[in-house]
Amino acid sequence: MLTTEQMQPFNDAVNDPLSAETASKEREIIGTLCTYAPEELIWAAGFHPMRLFSSKSDIVLAENHLQAYCCSLVRGILEDSLAGRLDFLTGTVFPHTCDSMQRLSDIWRLKGKYKFFADVVLPVKLNTPSARTYMLDILNTFRTELEAAGGRPILEQDLHEAIHLFNRIRRSLRALYDIKSQNPSIISGADLYTLVKGSMIMDKVQAADRLEQLVSTLMPVDTPENDTGRVILSGSVCDSAAYYQVIESADVQVVADDLCTGQRWFDGEIEDQIDPMAAIADRYMDRMICPAKHSDLTIRGEHLASLAKKHRAGGVVFLLLKFCDPHAFDYPYLKEFLETRGIKTLRIEVDEQQDNAGQITTRIETFAHMI
Amino acid sequence: MSEEASKEKRKIKSAKKMRDLMTTYYLDALSASQNNKKVAWITSGGPVEPLVAMDIIPVYPENHGAMIGSAKMGEDLCAKAEDMGYSADLCSYARSDISCAVVKGGPIGGLPKPDMLICCNNICGTVLKWYEIQARYFNVPLFIFDTPMCHTGYSRPVADYVRAQVDEYIRFLEKVTGKPFDHDRMAQVGKLSMEGQRLWQKVLNTTRHKPSPMSAFDAFFFLALIVTLRGTQVAVDFYKELIQEMEDRISEGISIVPEEKYRLLWDNLPVWYQLKWLSNTFSAHQACLVADTYTSAWCGAIQYIDPDRFLDSMAEGYTRIYLNIGVDQMAEQVIQMVDVYDVDGFVMHSNRSCKPYSFGQMDIMNIVRERTGIPVLMIEADMVDPRNFSQSQVETRIDAFMEIVKQGRDKH
Repeated sequence: MLTTEQMQPFNDAVNDPLSAETASKEREIIGTLCTYAPEELIWAAGFHPMRLFSSKSDIVLAENHLQAYCCSLVRGILEDSLAGRLDFLTGTVFPHTCDSMQRLSDIWRLKGKYKFFADVVLPVKLNTPSARTYMLDILNTFRTELEAAGGRPILEQDLHEAIHLFNRIRRSLRALYDIKSQNPSIISGADLYTLVKGSMIMDKVQAADRLEQLVSTLMPVDTPENDTGRVILSGSVCDSAAYYQVIESADVQVVADDLCTGQRWFDGEIEDQIDPMAAIADRYMDRMICPAKHSDLTIRGEHLASLAKKHRAGGVVFLLLKFCDPHAFDYPYLKEFLETRGIKTLRIEVDEQQDNAGQITTRIETFAHMI
Repeated sequence: MSEEASKEKRKIKSAKKMRDLMTTYYLDALSASQNNKKVAWITSGGPVEPLVAMDIIPVYPENHGAMIGSAKMGEDLCAKAEDMGYSADLCSYARSDISCAVVKGGPIGGLPKPDMLICCNNICGTVLKWYEIQARYFNVPLFIFDTPMCHTGYSRPVADYVRAQVDEYIRFLEKVTGKPFDHDRMAQVGKLSMEGQRLWQKVLNTTRHKPSPMSAFDAFFFLALIVTLRGTQVAVDFYKELIQEMEDRISEGISIVPEEKYRLLWDNLPVWYQLKWLSNTFSAHQACLVADTYTSAWCGAIQYIDPDRFLDSMAEGYTRIYLNIGVDQMAEQVIQMVDVYDVDGFVMHSNRSCKPYSFGQMDIMNIVRERTGIPVLMIEADMVDPRNFSQSQVETRIDAFMEIVKQGRDKH
């Protein structure tokens, strides 16, 4: 198990993004709202890219902008902004994902609260040459916007350094996930969640260094004999340690995921031998896909099935954020796709405003007997 | 004149012809395979002209959704989709179409099976997921025409990307049909499409007259042709006749709402299963919904299209439509409509089924209120699923709103 000291900086970052221990000392902060935000470019321009999460405070001010049938993540982040809880930001970047984020971007831009604002309207298709060309064009546009904001050009060297840095974070998180899969008791699900979320928030050099340290102390031991139930989590964000705790208390281990707050963020390394802009674009075309994007028709089903096979998982738990359309549309096909391949599924609806993790205990326990 | 006779006089005569044209269109589509014709399902804002040029019959699941809603069959079909695992929070057009494809229900027993699917995401991200589902279900080729959201403007990269997809689209159609693309025919279709859109704009503009010869409720109905038969002579001929009828009504002083006194603007999709009730409720207040942001979307991008370079300019025209732009630009268009149609109030339908149309509405509401001073009403509903509509609540709110509209007018 990881010690309290080892977890401390990640917990600090999660509890307070501006924590003196883990925040960037010199860099101004640019908030990001999606795993498709080109963080390497933001870093290369001299800023600190920080993923924004909802503080889950009561929705009061956002009521005047977004109806109740908008997801709690989008409403929650707007509430934080309007309430002044994000005043530390120099700016924000909105990659194009779903309809709700797209309109949040408009509302945010009209509020004009921060110095820097950018939409990065990435292609929705990720499987055609013209989409790749467009992806590269849009990344170059964003690079120019960042250069203007940072007051200096982004050099090739800056890009290579940023790519190297983020690749280190990705490699370490992947190593930690592998360790967890090989011997689930070494890292608790809640800790792994905190490591990912903390890394999304804290200074990136610190994240890279600290993660590498953790990996070196956590060499995997032999696979334990008592093979408990093993599952994969799938959904958009799973921003609550409680879900991991409830699942693990039913003797089920989360051995992989398909989440914004998990593998979708760090999947796929960026090639460092080719043109850096092209390499960044290529990663977005190839990495684990979000359902708001399009590629082959069954790519997510195949991916989940292969994850299940690789990690010997008997089930997939869908944590579906209420009002999240892209994930809700994919659920029926994924359920059928997986169940015809012998992989059990469970759907749990999540609302960030109401932590219902405690109420799912019985369902998780029943599910544990099935897998 | 008796009430009956007066009602008869107010009826728009072209409605029957329109119904006949739509019946013929659906019969053609339903018998396509017997006539060796291919059927493409396409999104309402999708680039249909190349299909028309290729003699492929375009079929619109969204128009079908509207028919399901009007026939009050939405609740049942949406519930069936929920039984299939689709969340009740998803778009009701998508839910009803997805279940309808399986159970062959609805007012016409389901749409003809598609040979291909054409999905343009200029209206929402929902269509992307919806068409993926249908592509898996019917196991037919899917073409995605990706029109990046233009939050603040139209950039070179977007123009290049969308233009490249026009060529990919044509190659896709050639591959699926096994026929070469006919560019001469395309040029004709492009011109007819433009003419149809101009005529549709002219139809909508007839409501500038006081009293208005038709209302947005009529526009919701007559819209079907510019959506489904855009690019054909049929649409052009029909709208010419419709304009003639509207001009006749104007010269004879026939208004759609008896004693029209107040003029309103509607935002978002119609509440298809309550059209008649809503129309009567507003009429009872002598209020006419003279215009709406929805039906005008099918002629809102005319400025970007050059009929002599249709394929080139279509890229921009299809990308910069009403929903694919920033909320502030949408507000500007609303303010323009408030002025053009000289309206006394703005009614916004907060539509659970349509997130890109509904999120940002409150910001639009504030901008419009501030800039024009007209009262704004927001009603909560859903375009097809009646379970999200409370008639008594909406009625109370309309009554209260109309009081404010009346007071506002009395001040002037």
